[in-house]
Amino acid sequence: MATQTPRAAFWRGLRDCAPFVLVAGPFGALFGVVGTEAGLNLTEVMGFSIVVIAGASQFAALQLMLDQAPTIIVLMSAVAVNLRMAMYSASLAAHLGPAPLWQRALVAYMNVDQTYAVSVLEYEANPALTLPEKMAYFFGTCVPIVPVWCIATYVGALVGEAVPSEWGLEFMVPIAFLSMVAPALRTMAHVAAAIAAVVLAIAFAGLPFNLGLMPAGIGAMIVGAEVERRMGKSFPPPPGSRK
Amino acid sequence: MTGWSSGQIWLIIAVLGALTFIIRFSFLGLIGDRQLPDWLLRHLRYTPVAILPALVTPAILWPEATGGQISAPHLLAAAVALGVGYWRSNAALAAGAGMAVFLILRSVF
Repeated sequence: MATQTPRAAFWRGLRDCAPFVLVAGPFGALFGVVGTEAGLNLTEVMGFSIVVIAGASQFAALQLMLDQAPTIIVLMSAVAVNLRMAMYSASLAAHLGPAPLWQRALVAYMNVDQTYAVSVLEYEANPALTLPEKMAYFFGTCVPIVPVWCIATYVGALVGEAVPSEWGLEFMVPIAFLSMVAPALRTMAHVAAAIAAVVLAIAFAGLPFNLGLMPAGIGAMIVGAEVERRMGKSFPPPPGSRK
Repeated sequence: MTGWSSGQIWLIIAVLGALTFIIRFSFLGLIGDRQLPDWLLRHLRYTPVAILPALVTPAILWPEATGGQISAPHLLAAAVALGVGYWRSNAALAAGAGMAVFLILRSVF
């Protein structure tokens, strides 16, 4: 890679992450539509997208609120969906650990699937990058994601307020989840985890307050991890993990 | 939103936001450059594919809109979303296709 400056790295990060506008835009809009259909007002919907910025867990919270689950179950389940981000944090720390605290805090706030994946691939492809260049690159990747996510939510919320509730659009929540999960079913271990999740969810369906969700989810994680372990090197190491 | 006061909704937003930030900040901010044990990484990798299907299964099999009765539009729409997402690896397309099927079938049934 040619000589770089933080400024050049910023623009490169922006460009490399630009295709993911096609993810952040529609899903942000979807959350806006579904959130208002579920009965949240505009400010509450925006609160979710600005404060949380994590699509899957926002939809999870929404679904459980529609199910009238207790607050603690809503929170535990929505947080559980985000646990994978601890992995992202660990792998970014290997590259950005020495940066000032306020910069790392800002990185953490915008550490989502797309910004993480694009940045870590770049750091591994170009180990010669300096710390300021790596930082600038990360913030570049945030531009097509974070503002787009929030603006799309706003547009979606305006649409949602105009759509009559008889359309049954709250069923978009499970549909959106399936749409996010399906492309991730790339290995035997992922498929096994998903099937285990469905089977366990049915087995625990009789429990009140959606209490079955956590044991079903944890059981399915164990199944996925165990299948991966038995199949040996069937799955490439996650980006950023050292071999 | 039925059954939720504005205070409860904002409590959920604030606590979910704070906990999510703590997860994202964990190693970057507090723990530093330390490798997670392999067994833990192996489990964390499956959180989305484990939790999301467990969450949607009851909503698809026993939708609230039908009073918990199994419903063809819900099942078929879910199958279409799953199929399109799997074959085309495009989440937005899958969501659009699933919802289109749902709205069409609902107007028929």
